[in-house]
Formats: sequence, C-alpha cells, structure tokens
Amino acid sequence: MSINQNEEFTPKIVAFCCNWCSYAGADLAGSSRLAYPADVKIIRVPCSCRVNPMFILRAFEKGADGVILCGCHPGDCHYSTGNYYARRRMTLLFSMLDFIGVENGRTRVEWVSAAEGVKFSTTMNEFVEKIRSLGKNVRLGDLRCKN
Amino acid sequence: MQELINRAKELLNDGTVVRVLGWKAGDMPYNPEPAFFNSPEALDEFVYNGFCGANLSKYMIEASTLEGKTLVFLKPCDTYSFNQLLYEHRVDRDKAYIIGVGCKGKLDIEMIKAQGIKGIRGVKGAELTDDCETLTIDTIYGEKTCSFSSAMLGRCHVCKGKEHKIYDEIIGESKDTQDQERFAGVEFIESMTPEEKFEFFQKELSKCIRCNACRNVCPACSCRKCVFDSNKFDSTQKANVDSFEEKMFHIIRAFHVAGRCTDCGECSRVCPQGIPLHLFNRKFIKDINEFYGDFTAGETADGDRPLTSFTFEDVEPSIVTERG
Amino acid sequence: MYKIAKENLSALFREISKTQELYLPIKTAGKVNFGAWTEDCEVDIDTLKSVKSPKDAFFPQSENLYTCTTEDKKIKITPEELKSQDFVVFGMKGCDVQGVEVLDKVFLSNPVDSFYQARRNHGTIVAMACSEPEDSCFCKVFGIDCANPQGIADVAVWNTPDYLYWNALTPKGEKLTAAVSELLTESDETAVNSLKDDIHNIVEKLPYMDLSLDGWGGDALDEKFNSPIWEELYKPCLACGTCTFVCPTCQCYDIRDYDTGHGVQRYRCWDSCMYSDFTMMAHGNNRTSQMQRYRQRFMHKLVYYPANNDGMFSCVGCGRCVDKCPSSLNIVKVIKAFSKEGK
Repeated sequence: MSINQNEEFTPKIVAFCCNWCSYAGADLAGSSRLAYPADVKIIRVPCSCRVNPMFILRAFEKGADGVILCGCHPGDCHYSTGNYYARRRMTLLFSMLDFIGVENGRTRVEWVSAAEGVKFSTTMNEFVEKIRSLGKNVRLGDLRCKN
Repeated sequence: MQELINRAKELLNDGTVVRVLGWKAGDMPYNPEPAFFNSPEALDEFVYNGFCGANLSKYMIEASTLEGKTLVFLKPCDTYSFNQLLYEHRVDRDKAYIIGVGCKGKLDIEMIKAQGIKGIRGVKGAELTDDCETLTIDTIYGEKTCSFSSAMLGRCHVCKGKEHKIYDEIIGESKDTQDQERFAGVEFIESMTPEEKFEFFQKELSKCIRCNACRNVCPACSCRKCVFDSNKFDSTQKANVDSFEEKMFHIIRAFHVAGRCTDCGECSRVCPQGIPLHLFNRKFIKDINEFYGDFTAGETADGDRPLTSFTFEDVEPSIVTERG
Repeated sequence: MYKIAKENLSALFREISKTQELYLPIKTAGKVNFGAWTEDCEVDIDTLKSVKSPKDAFFPQSENLYTCTTEDKKIKITPEELKSQDFVVFGMKGCDVQGVEVLDKVFLSNPVDSFYQARRNHGTIVAMACSEPEDSCFCKVFGIDCANPQGIADVAVWNTPDYLYWNALTPKGEKLTAAVSELLTESDETAVNSLKDDIHNIVEKLPYMDLSLDGWGGDALDEKFNSPIWEELYKPCLACGTCTFVCPTCQCYDIRDYDTGHGVQRYRCWDSCMYSDFTMMAHGNNRTSQMQRYRQRFMHKLVYYPANNDGMFSCVGCGRCVDKCPSSLNIVKVIKAFSKEGK
C-alpha cells in the first residue's frame, strides 16, 4: 500500500458475510488464490439477518465508503428463512438511504454460496470498482472520525 | 362535549370502568393536556375540542398495567395505533373501554400564529358540535378569523378516513378532512437529484435538538428501553454533535417502526423544530406498498406484518439501484 | 441613543462580522434559531422567540473538552482551546439575557467553568426589546422589563418598522458602537419611548401576567417536595427533553467519551433531567420514577436555585416550554396548580 505514494483513493469496504455460505465462499476464494482487493474488510455474522440497519450506518459513521452484505441464496439459509427477512430489511434501508441523498450503489446485497469462490471475488472486485468511481463517502460519516 | 362527560360519568358510576383517559382543559384555550380522571367530579375539567391532537393510545400502554378497566377516547386515527399495539400485545383489550370520539380535524396553534394571529385569548368554532369550517379567535388586538383547514395539523390534510377501526361505542360525528395527496411530499423528494435530497435533509435535520419528543410520543415506539438510551454506545441520544448522529437517529427511529407505523403523524406534530419527520415514515410505507403490496398498519389487530413476513418472490435490494 | 435604517442592517451585520463572529436569529427550513451570520443566511429579527434559546452561544449543546490520541505508544492528551476570538450575539431578548445571568451564577462561581468563562469574556450581548410580546410570555413575573433590556446586556436595541434604535449600556457595548459608528446616526428617544409604552400596554393584557410566585423560593423545600400534587401533574409527561433543551436557564450537562477510531474525544453535551439516564451513577439512579424527574425540574427552577442564589429564580418566563411541550405541560401549569391547592 505504501509503495504507491500518489494520493489514489483506496476505498474502505465493509463486507458482512454470513457464517454458513458467504464466509465459506470468501474462504474458498482465498484458498483458490482468487484475487480481490485488500480494501475489503470481512465481518462474519451468524446469518445475513443478524445484520441490523444500525450495523450498516455505524460502518459508514466510522469511515466505510461502501458496505456489502453477503448471505446464502434465498432458499438455502442455514436457519431456513433468515435471508428472506434480511432481503426485505435491506431493500427498505437502501431505499431510505437513496431517499436522503446517499449515492446509489454505496450499499449492496449479494447472495454467495460456499461453493462460489469465484462469485465472491468478482463481486468484491466489482463493488470496489463501483465505490472507487463514487469516491469518498462524505454524506454519512461522522466528522470526528475523519483524520 | 357534555355528551362525552355524561357518558363517562355513567360508566364510572356503574363500575364498568375505574378511570377515564381523556383530555383536561389547559390554562389557555389551545393547550389541553392528556389526563387520567379517577372520579366523576374530576371530569368537570374534561375537555374535547379541535386542540386535542394527542394520540391517547400511547398512554394505554401504561393504563394496561393498572388495576381495572380504563375508558379511553380515541379519534379515528388513534384507533389504528391501538390496533397495532393490540397486535403487539402492548395493550390489553380487556382493560380498555373504547369510545370512538368524532373528529373533524385537529388544529395546530402554530399554524394560527403563523397567520399573524397573536395574543390569543379564546378560540371559537373548534368544538365537536361546530361545523369546523371557520375559527373565530379572540385576541388582545381584537377578533380575528381564519379558515379551519388553514389551521389544521399537517396530518389531517392526508386524513386516513373517518372510520373508527376498533371501539365499543361511538359518540359524535367525524369528517374526512383529506385534501392533499398522502404521498405527494415523498414523491416530491424522490424526484430530486441526490444532491438536492441531501441538501434538503441536511437543512431539516440540522435543526434537530435531540429532544427525543418524536420517539417518546410515538405509539409504535413502545420498547421498555430504547436502543438509543443504551450507555454502551460511544455516542449518545442527547448529544447534538454533528450531522451524522441526527441522520442515524431519524433513519433508525423510522426503520424500527416500519411496517408498524400507522402514520398517525404525532412525530411531526410534537417536533419543536417543525422537522417533517413523517416523511421518513411515509417513505417506508410507500416502499412497503410498492414492494410488498398495499398495507395499512393498525387497520386490523391480526394478520401478517410486512417486516415479519416474506414471500419467496420478494424483490431484491438491487431494485433501489436499478430503478435509478 | 443612535439609530440605523432597517435597510442598512445587512451592512451593519457585514461590518460587525469583519472583525468578529456574529450570532443572530436565522431562519432555516422555516424555524428561527441563533446561528452564525453568513452572507447568504436569512436573518429574521422580527420573530419573537427563537426555538432554542440563544444560551448555546455561551454554553453550546455539545462541545469537545479534550482529545486523546496515541503517539509512539504513549497517550497524548490535547485540551480543547478556549474561545479566544471576540463575538457578538445580536437580538437576545430580555428573558434570554436574564437566562445568561442565571447561567453565570452557576458557571462563574467557584469552581469556575473555564470554557464558559472564556465565551462570556469574549462575547458582546446586543439585546433587543420585544416589540410584540405573545400570550405565552410571562417575563414580567420574574421582574424583567421586555421593553427595556438591561442586566448584563452590553447594547440595547429597539426594532421599529423603519429604524433600529441603538443604545450602548457597558464599556463593551461602547466599543462595539464605536466599531460600527459610521453606520449609526444620532437620534432622540421619542420613537423608543412610544414603543416602550406600546409594549407595556400589550404586556398588561397578556394572560400570564397575573401569575403569582407566592409560596415559592428557597424556604419552601419540604412543603413543595412532599406535596401529593406532583403525582397528578407529571402523568402526561412523555419524558422527552424538549422543555430542557429549549430553556434559556437549564444548565445540566453530561460528559461522554467518543471513540473516533484513532483516538478518544471527551465531550460534554446538554443533559435533561427528564431522561431516565440523568445523573446515572455506578450504583444506579437516585431518581427512579418519572414523577421524581419531573418534580426535579420545577423544584430546581423554583426552590433549589433560589435557595442557593439569594432568592433568584431560575425561570425567566420566556414561555418556550409553554409553546413547545408535546403534552402541553409547563411551569405555568405547575405554579397555578400549587396556588389553586393553597386556596
């Protein structure tokens, strides 16, 4: 990171990954030596529906530029229905963020199974690219957390 | 009004109820307060007029923990809140005797003052028996008039209807006061660019003084302890620190009542800074209607609620980006 | 006495803000609050009351006290700098000015609050007479003449339809007057005197002017504290903090730490005795019911404060709580309930 001294924007991404599918998917991506940017920080959660809207806002508060939630494919939830609830909640939350003027695309939900290491890596690459094009998150951060 | 008092006295005297939840006359013509009356004599101070905007369903949470039955006066829109609380087991139907009280729209004293009417000593034309078209206001500068509808609370302009959704009996006539499109405000903001949206909310929310009145008055906010009152946070519910905390609070406040909010409009009524807080709630309602089918919280006390149910075919969150 | 034509007011504000910060009533999204003057802000000096009192010019709702960071595995503590630039608060009303006097007695007595003291030393108060007091006003009950701002005000101004009249009251006020003297012209007091008469006439007619404070004060502690009336009065209270946050004299605050991710900021913010976590201690809370919290607010204003400050009440009759309480509760209703009971 420190080799490149020019002030290129490196986005901070928080990825909430469900323990049963997506975290294993990330693991597979790693063991298959598929590359995805080091800017993605993974937080393991028991289920995608464990993620409450406050987690997402807190991540932005503390300086994240993008937040992505990964869970099992609908129908495959380890707890049978958790991701269906997560889907509704995230739809409403993202719509609200759009409503108050946060750039579209700073948040994303992707269903990634334990076998989809490739999908995990391409999703992360895409998402980081997207956030890089949107630039720094200035609308949802706490000023005190800025350096 | 006398009819309400007489009926309340009857019910107290025959032992049907042990207390009455209503409104007590204030020291000004426009500031009645919610009150419990424990005896027929106390009811002499009972009042019901256009300024009784407070939604008494919230107080029924406390009344449900008390011994004996409470007579409560609910306006048509308050009954939605009661139903929703009933669904959530936060009020006890057996401990409530509900008189659905007529409503012809409720007034906002600030709307009257905004018309330059000051030094108010008396207001006529806001009783349940009046036709509620014109207000005659006695001020220290002489008599003034204004139209009833120009002084109404914002929520009454998008009235949900004059029907009581739950009651034991109904007293008084109601009027549907809707004269504006319910989602017009939300649509107006949706049509803005992200920059304009952000600026709009930045301006509105910069006024927030973190008094928590919107939360505390909300009949849907019935948690015994609010997540924002937790001292485990490194931020606090009362600090007006910078623009983030206020946004966080208002998004989460609205989210926690999404699918349960009956759009009673109390949050906007009580906001000392006049922030249109109902816009957050109404945005969720509009989205729920669009994504999961029309739903009005509190219309019934049973059935599924949108955020505690799902279908296999639900839209993906990416719809937000795709619809542009 | 001087005067300035109303159309020259923006020139006056511009002139003042050249050398110091200027806080004055600004309308944002329909509501008037005190804020820093900028070229494109909407100044509103005609609205009688700002929603929030201007006390936050001296005692901000939130302020940082110090910041902790780590450097070479050592903790570095950087205290916040005290206010060092002069500023002007323009358009405070008589009640707001007396509100600052109430705060002075708390923050400037030992141990002195250095943050507050620095702001008081650098602030110049330009107080404005209330041209048209409203029904919720009762400042006269606390001995305030809203037609004639005095006390700790540095300059008094009167707002008439065409002119703003200007009168310096203290050396600080003289200094400000000298700084803007090019914009002011000499004037006699005729217009101001007639405005004062008009104001006094309105005040006489207002509904709360006959409010009696008999029985309140430092000696009334036991009798008032143990009164059964509180049990009735507090019932509609929603436990929000509106009354305390719009009040010009409420002075309680909380101190908290904020984790910035690369350090800790210790800040203080207004607290409200209506909140359940008010005065929370390791052992818990000494006020366990909303009745006790509700009683605390009024006992503080009308009994505890006068007991410690030579009988001065810590209510100034601005009427903001009367206007803003979601349940229409307020200090006037409390005072009336007690005097009714006394009869």
